[in-house]
Amino acid sequence: MPLPESIHLEVVTPERRLVSEVVDEVILPGSEGSLGVLPGHTPLLTTLGIGELVYRRGGDRRYVAIAWGFAEVLPERVSILAEIAERAEGIDRERAAAARDRALRRLRERAAETDFVRAQAALQKAIIRLQVSQGIGPSEPS
Amino acid sequence: MANVRDYRTRIRSVKSTQQITRAMKLVSASKLRRAQDLILAARPYARKMLEVLSSLAARAHPDRHPLLQRRPEEKVLVVVVTADKGLCGSFNTNIVNGARAFLDELLGRSGSTAGPRPTHQVQVDIVGRKARDWFRRRDYPVRRVLVDLFRDVTLEDARDIASNLIEGFSGGEFDGVHLVYNEFKSVMQQRVVRETLLPIPRATFGPGAFTASAGAQPEDYIYEPDQEALFAALLPKHVMIQVHRVLLESAAAEYGARMTAMENATRNAGEMIDSLTLQMNKIRQASITKEILEVVSGAEALK
Repeated sequence: MPLPESIHLEVVTPERRLVSEVVDEVILPGSEGSLGVLPGHTPLLTTLGIGELVYRRGGDRRYVAIAWGFAEVLPERVSILAEIAERAEGIDRERAAAARDRALRRLRERAAETDFVRAQAALQKAIIRLQVSQGIGPSEPS
Repeated sequence: MANVRDYRTRIRSVKSTQQITRAMKLVSASKLRRAQDLILAARPYARKMLEVLSSLAARAHPDRHPLLQRRPEEKVLVVVVTADKGLCGSFNTNIVNGARAFLDELLGRSGSTAGPRPTHQVQVDIVGRKARDWFRRRDYPVRRVLVDLFRDVTLEDARDIASNLIEGFSGGEFDGVHLVYNEFKSVMQQRVVRETLLPIPRATFGPGAFTASAGAQPEDYIYEPDQEALFAALLPKHVMIQVHRVLLESAAAEYGARMTAMENATRNAGEMIDSLTLQMNKIRQASITKEILEVVSGAEALK
């Protein structure tokens, strides 16, 4: 079977379809570690962590912030289902920074009614958005 | 007898009511369009999710997963979804009636002949101000109340509700979760539906998904992490998506119902204005005729 030459990448959130493009390479923030996908990849099903999705077409790289999703990889197709996905270009850095500060403050205050899990998730989300919007990859998860 | 001026005031007031109902209709129409778009936008995700879950269910020993486990339903949670606002025809009444019938059935209160035999332990979760107001005055055990969700249905809300329900279900607080909500059938039609959310009904994953070897599987995946873990990670998401869908449907149905109701109201106001105008003209004519008669008979008398 000849290998396919490109991948059809789809990024879907419950609120919209963010990406539907033909690309050459995809790098996914898998929950077990980052993984690169080229055309002809073996079928794979994986959960995704919070992180950065990179896809490349020719020399053109695009970045998308992704949180809590999973991906289905087929030889000529990658479908990503994420609860949150946002293009780097679309990220409002000021808002992301504000969200980060808010989450930090909530975590620091330790008020009785603070929902820690939620605040932490918000913090992580804000940080990843900031990183993605800067075009640098996320730091290695500790 | 009412005079012309009284009629004029009436007509003016009906007219301004009509303006309001017309505006509300237009607003509902545009909100409905947005709500419909949201429903459509949510579909690809839900479809893909189901596909993947079905293929996983065929291999991942789904019986073991707690969210799929069916136990005898003794403690039941009913989630009632209404609108926050009124003025949408029988939208809220239908839901409340449907919910009450369901609850009474569970509680063994229905039917005048049977004595009280509490067959189930029931709790109620409420979404929407209208349901809250109704249940506040009645004797049902309300567990959780959520209002003000529908101005902007977000995934966060859905996640919050879903995780709360999952927690209660796996913690043994209840053995089953049922939703009562308005399904968006078409702009003119809403239907009250009763749906089981937890345990996740097996039919969800399509026929054959639970038979030991579901025939030839089209895709043989590498799983990362393994199938069980993946399955376990996806099921709660599935629940969340279901909740999200229900909220979106209910929102769309509400706008549809309001639009129809307001259209009827606008038409009724128009009819009322017509009949009031007719009566007013009759009276005006009658009084003119009377005046002419008086003038003429007065002139006659002077001759």
